[in-house]
Amino acid sequence: MSEAIHSEIAEKAASSAGHSHHVHRDDFGAKIGMWLFLFTELLLFGGLFIIYMAYRQEYSDAFHLAAKELNMTIGTINTIILLTSSLTMALSIAALQRYKITLSLYMLAATILLAFAFMVNKYFEWGAKFSHGIYPGSEELTSKSSGEIIFFGLYYTMTGLHGLHVLVGIVLLAFMFVFIKRKSITPTNYIKLENSGLYWHLVDLIWIFLFPLFYLIH
Amino acid sequence: MSQEQHTADKHQVGYGTYVLIWLVLLSLTVTTVAVSGINLGNFILFTALLIALVKSILVVNVFMHIKFDEPIFKVFLGVAIMTLLAVFILISFDIFFR
Repeated sequence: MSEAIHSEIAEKAASSAGHSHHVHRDDFGAKIGMWLFLFTELLLFGGLFIIYMAYRQEYSDAFHLAAKELNMTIGTINTIILLTSSLTMALSIAALQRYKITLSLYMLAATILLAFAFMVNKYFEWGAKFSHGIYPGSEELTSKSSGEIIFFGLYYTMTGLHGLHVLVGIVLLAFMFVFIKRKSITPTNYIKLENSGLYWHLVDLIWIFLFPLFYLIH
Repeated sequence: MSQEQHTADKHQVGYGTYVLIWLVLLSLTVTTVAVSGINLGNFILFTALLIALVKSILVVNVFMHIKFDEPIFKVFLGVAIMTLLAVFILISFDIFFR
């Protein structure tokens, strides 16, 4: 709210001065800040992928055996859902840039709905694992070989952390929806939406690597 | 007024480009799933990662706008990826040549 007032003052100041660089708004800086945050995310998941690489080398056979338990169909559907949500996210920004605010809101709502669909699938997927007795610390799982235990440990940690990012994304994008409604995000001032979009695409990007590494080993 | 000018200068990607990239991403997903069914031995992991790499290049360049952004973003991203790559390569020497 204070930001909106702030930019309003800045806009008035700019129009009286007649120069755009007098506007107290730093979209460029905001974007750099967002990218820096995304790099920390990259390192966070990168570290987990290193652990995956090390253990897959050590327990190659167990990883192949354990991966058979994963549902490739759900994994594929979730990949398609996330890719589509990335498209609607990009379209939402493109529509806003063209002053098509209603279309932008529809696209953003579609992104949020697809994110929900992803989580619903995840719920059923994990639910099925749990009902088969495969969850961290379960009797069924601890009776398996070390390699399989590690595979499922990594599976729950990595897809779980990714799922947490999807949940955060839903909240973030819901805020952006309200911001557009309240005109705090406008066709001339949409850096918040753009940065949220960058976050959302990163979530998609991480899944692009998680999917083949967990679901497509045979 | 001046702000509108500022926005108009920015590169705008058309709806069609996004839809096209999305279609390519979907077909790559179908490809990677189909290929995983074929027994290619050690090439399974290689092809899967190669396809994932192509997909991520498309997402970063078009959806995340890196292709159209100021060069400094490309430099930043390059440094971040090189750092991650260096860590991966150095550690993989330890993992694969014990």
